[in-house]
Amino acid sequence: MSAGAPIQHYERADDQISSIVLERPFEWRWLVGFATAFTFLMLLNVSIGWLFLRGVGIWGVNVPVAWGFAIVNFVWWIGIGHAGTFISAILLLLHQQWRNSINRFSEAMTLFAVACAGMFPLLHLGRPQVFYWLLPYPDTMGLWPQWRSPLVWDVFAVSTYLTVSLIFWYVGLIPDLATLRDRAKRLWIRRAYGLLALGWRNSVKHWSRYEMAYVLLAGLATPLVLSVHSVVSFDFAVGIVPGWHSTIFPPYFVAGAIFSGFAMVLSLIIPLRRFYHLENLITSMHLENCAKVMLVSGLLVTFGYASEFFTTWYSDDPYETGGLLNRMFGLYGPIWWLMMACNVGVPQLLWSARIRGSAMALFIVSLLINLGMWTERFVIIIGSLHRDFLPSAWGIYVPTFWDWSTLLGSIGLFLTLLFVFVRILPMISIAEVRREKEAAG
Amino acid sequence: MKTSLQPRPAWVSHFTSRFPQWRSMAQMEDLPEFRSYLEREFPEGASEWSDGLSRRRFLGLMGASLALAGFCSCSRQPIEKLAPYVRQPPELIPGEPLWFASAHLLSGVARGILVESHEGRPTKVEGNPDHPGSLGGTDAMMQASILQLYDPDRSQTPLKRGIPSTWNALLTELLRPAARWGATKGAGLRFVSGRTTSPTLLDQMNQVIARYPDARWTIHEPAVNSSALRVVCNVERADVILAIDADFLGSSPAQLAYARQFARRRKPGDTMNRLYVAESAPSLTGAAADHRFVLGPDDLFRLPERIEHVLSGASDESMSWLGALARDLGNHSGRSLVLAGEFLPAAVHEAVYALNTRLGNIGSTVQYLPGLPEPAKALPFSDLVAEMQNGKVEALLILGTNPVYTSPADIDFAKALSRVPFTLHHGLYVDETATHCSWHLPETDTLESWSDAAAFDGALCLLQPLIEPLYDGISPHELLAALLGQPAAKSYDIVRGYWLQRIGGADFGETWHRALSDGVVAGQTLRPSPAVATSTPRTPPEPLSGEGLHLLIRPDPHVYDGRFANNAWLQELPKPLTKITWENAAHMAPSTASRINLKHGDVVELDFFGRKITAPLWVLPGMAEDSVLIHLGYGRTSAGKVGDGVGFNAYALRTQEAPWGGSGLQVRATGARHVFSTTQEHSAMEYSHPVRFATLTEFKKRPEFVHAIEETPAYEESLYPPVVYNGYSWGMTIDLNTCIGCSACIIACQAENNIPVVGRDQVMRGREMHWIRVDRYFSGPAEAPQILHQPVPCMHCENAPCEVVCPVAATVHDSEGLNAMVYNRCIGTRYCSNNCPYKVRRFNFFHYSETKSPTLKMQRNPQVTVRTRGVIEKCTYCVQRISAARIKSEVASRAIRDGEVVPACAQACPAEAIRFGNLNDPVSVVRQFKKDPRNYSLLGELNTRPRTTYLARIFNHNTEIS
Repeated sequence: MSAGAPIQHYERADDQISSIVLERPFEWRWLVGFATAFTFLMLLNVSIGWLFLRGVGIWGVNVPVAWGFAIVNFVWWIGIGHAGTFISAILLLLHQQWRNSINRFSEAMTLFAVACAGMFPLLHLGRPQVFYWLLPYPDTMGLWPQWRSPLVWDVFAVSTYLTVSLIFWYVGLIPDLATLRDRAKRLWIRRAYGLLALGWRNSVKHWSRYEMAYVLLAGLATPLVLSVHSVVSFDFAVGIVPGWHSTIFPPYFVAGAIFSGFAMVLSLIIPLRRFYHLENLITSMHLENCAKVMLVSGLLVTFGYASEFFTTWYSDDPYETGGLLNRMFGLYGPIWWLMMACNVGVPQLLWSARIRGSAMALFIVSLLINLGMWTERFVIIIGSLHRDFLPSAWGIYVPTFWDWSTLLGSIGLFLTLLFVFVRILPMISIAEVRREKEAAG
Repeated sequence: MKTSLQPRPAWVSHFTSRFPQWRSMAQMEDLPEFRSYLEREFPEGASEWSDGLSRRRFLGLMGASLALAGFCSCSRQPIEKLAPYVRQPPELIPGEPLWFASAHLLSGVARGILVESHEGRPTKVEGNPDHPGSLGGTDAMMQASILQLYDPDRSQTPLKRGIPSTWNALLTELLRPAARWGATKGAGLRFVSGRTTSPTLLDQMNQVIARYPDARWTIHEPAVNSSALRVVCNVERADVILAIDADFLGSSPAQLAYARQFARRRKPGDTMNRLYVAESAPSLTGAAADHRFVLGPDDLFRLPERIEHVLSGASDESMSWLGALARDLGNHSGRSLVLAGEFLPAAVHEAVYALNTRLGNIGSTVQYLPGLPEPAKALPFSDLVAEMQNGKVEALLILGTNPVYTSPADIDFAKALSRVPFTLHHGLYVDETATHCSWHLPETDTLESWSDAAAFDGALCLLQPLIEPLYDGISPHELLAALLGQPAAKSYDIVRGYWLQRIGGADFGETWHRALSDGVVAGQTLRPSPAVATSTPRTPPEPLSGEGLHLLIRPDPHVYDGRFANNAWLQELPKPLTKITWENAAHMAPSTASRINLKHGDVVELDFFGRKITAPLWVLPGMAEDSVLIHLGYGRTSAGKVGDGVGFNAYALRTQEAPWGGSGLQVRATGARHVFSTTQEHSAMEYSHPVRFATLTEFKKRPEFVHAIEETPAYEESLYPPVVYNGYSWGMTIDLNTCIGCSACIIACQAENNIPVVGRDQVMRGREMHWIRVDRYFSGPAEAPQILHQPVPCMHCENAPCEVVCPVAATVHDSEGLNAMVYNRCIGTRYCSNNCPYKVRRFNFFHYSETKSPTLKMQRNPQVTVRTRGVIEKCTYCVQRISAARIKSEVASRAIRDGEVVPACAQACPAEAIRFGNLNDPVSVVRQFKKDPRNYSLLGELNTRPRTTYLARIFNHNTEIS
């Protein structure tokens, strides 16, 4: 470490970030937030308990709409997760230094979102107790999964994603854990961080290996950004349901995932930055960059919609046409228009530099986009299933209390994890910020 | 010393048993002195009280004995006599079902059945091909009769004022006054029963009347119009049929025979018959018609007369459909048939009789028979009630009928009943009437006892029991025998005794055996009533008329007059034309509803001459203008756990003068709304073409018209090599031209495949479990739409979309082309259901299978797995029947013959619309049907290559009627 002004600069950043974890006392605002989130987490527990007791019939699913909120939520959460990987891996490889202020936080968000997402496909099984039949293991029945099913691909895509995200996040955390170890005053805290820091001593050798591993992991994670949501989109694209059977789905889903992920990053980071006074680290430049990514991915999503309309019209397939018209003007028509407003209309506001510069405006925009992306999954899944081929089999789907409680409960789980995270781990990468400041001189 | 009384370690007792220890010689010799000394010194148990462990044990014992005391108060365990087959009956091979011929009774009229029995446990009802009332087909009620047998809500024991009693107690109470009746000639003794065609029972009834000459018998059959003329038709002979409000294909004891005869003449070509239907409310017959005319009741009543006028040249209707219809009938003299609906006024029946006479049809296509026999000195129902109210009735015996629920609204039967000192209800359930009677006696189900009955054409058959009575049931024969002084007589002896007397002969044993095994008594028909003058012939009431809409009251297509209300299969079976389950509705034409500002689902108040009920409104295309149709059988209060409080009670609008309705109905909105539990929300075919149809002329011009609608990809257009089936390759065809939409296939499938019932709430959520459904579409104008039916089981697609997406290979293709479902492997992702374009897969959202009721367990088909929560199920083409046929054929070292495998749906179908067989067999029936130019695949354009295909519907239009 060299002497001089920059040291103070990053020493201050070190202080600022680590003090949130180490020194800041418990505050009523944090407690209220945590308690609220935790209440919803308990609601999730009750919902899952009741689900296991009674069966998936407690939800509104039926025939023809055999997939309901559970799969909507799954796709939504998985999509949200994408922003973290995109920020930490792709932007790292592209040398976008501004990512350093938000990568740790968004990686954590990814993990928690994937945790929420991964729960749903298992809960939605008719017999969740035998979920492991989805895995290829040498069982006494001599049976393997049925490899042609996209659901099997999902298992691999999601579990790989979770593993790589977890490792990537943890590797990135190691230098910061060491910092916390060094700064912690109480012995047991020092021990705990020390254990997690895996003996990091800040040596050049460590750094060299760390850099190598980190870049390699980034390289590994990058294709996952594209693959995971592509595979998730295959759940639909492989099906023959009108409104699902479409080749545009993989890129369109990936764009949608990044779109919703960045929206979620903004929805969380704007209040956090204000609450912990991190405006100097997470500057309006960061917010603006996120907004720009949102605008671009939003336009890609819009292109996806347009492409769907075009293929529907061009194919002249009565089921596709009927399905699209039903989405627009049928029973769930208002939800389609809400989706259009949130995902096509709202992002256009981001052309304006004034809106991109206003944290409040961005916060509202990001919430609307989150809502819009949830409704998009609703439109795709329920809007397509409830009217497919034979009019005699058409039906409706009405979510029950337990559908809503599981959705709200999963948000509770997500926020609980985040509240715990901001208190026990540095939400901004100390090492990266330090290095950035150092480089900035 | 004390220590010696404490429990010793095991090694000590082991040691002491080998080397006995003693304290004195006295002890060693176990002298009485020593014992008494020991007892004085250490009284038994004295030291144990101070012991903590023993006190705890004492409390434990106290608890256990308290719990056991609780057990003692439980109901008596049924006596179960266990005995292995010492000598195995020669016909019984464990695991192989046996079949017994019997009959199912609908308002007393028999339809022959064959009952499948597994080790003495009847599980399934099939039609008896030898019986004229069945010809091998069944309807939904026959199929569901097996569930009624096992209904846990059935009455199980005699009740005296609601308190369990015994048959012997009843006998003493019944036979005491019986002695007095002998002296008073039975004055004040009255019987009321449903209609019966049983010659034995009629004989017994007449014996009772002969013994007690002043006693009277009343026949109360709420869903039957006794003033209608009794006809027997030969539908197969008729080239042109006109049904005036006559649902001869849908609801009549002759329906199965007529449907089969009708279907035999539906092959498109020169021999195809033509059916005209004129009706006010859509019926299954109307849906099957080539031309359906929607007429208001008044126009209907005049129709025969107007046709007569055209035929006689009195009026010129050359331009109208009526003229064309009349000419068509006239051109087929002797080969035409005009039918009048059962619920039409007698005048219409007479006009139709005149028309048939004029057309020369009598003796050729139609025969008019004397009415079904009644017991001597029959007393009309209204007269009986008047006598009851006047206190003239001392004892009333109600046999197998439920007048408290079914009597017209202007008769307060319950009140009249309270004025009768001795009332006995004999029935299957503790129903509304039973709760108002002083005594209730459980009746045996028709599958539990001996009897006999007549088919619609009078042919007689025997009913034999399939199982010992499950409860303390008494058959009506035994009850009447008790009144005749033979309380110990058994049904078997009574029925056999009657027949011995009737046919007699040296070879009676052989005749009897043959009659039992065939299900019909050869050459024996119902004898008309003895020419005893019944009470003064009553002129049948004319329909009421007043200002307002026309009310039509009809029996329900499934729960009938309410007697099947506790049958969950029938409750959950969608009504053929509306697909409503678990309730009834007031049906109205769309134009009428919009005129009086009512919407589908409005709860309306029906006001018919001051009698009011509220009912949900179902807007039904094809109803006549200004008419409202309601069905009987709902709104029961004492039907059982299934049938109570379901729907509204239409009897409340029914009066003696107008049992089938009339004009003068006021309909008002109540402002409330109702959500129906229906299985089909959408009735238009929209942009899809599930049901394909053409007129006969079009078909002759373009026989391949079905393929012009959608393009089916060529089989070669695949990356995969075609799968070759060397052995069997199963397939099915469903002929939409003969399917009448009766839904018997649905219940047959339910009974065969252990399909659970889900209840009204689950149906509303869209979770019904039927493996085969019958879709109903409307096509054309809402005033007079074409009604189309389409049964949809699993298509067993060759390129099955469900198989690709299952992550655990729980649904796979088998070597004979079946799309198999492996319940044990299913984890319930429901992806297959999403990807099934036909939506024939069903999911166990909850644990739907009823596993708690021991009797319902007995109904289960042992060859079919009972599914648990969380798995998908669907039509298997009755794979268990294929396996059974395969085993049989392999034992005999031969191939499975055509017709040897008949799935439950095909077996039940009265119209033989469903054909199943081996597609690899060049001479199989199904293969011939597949070659029919009308053969098409449902959604074939998706390249699913279904094994179940459809034959398009052809309308034999009269070219004079556009």
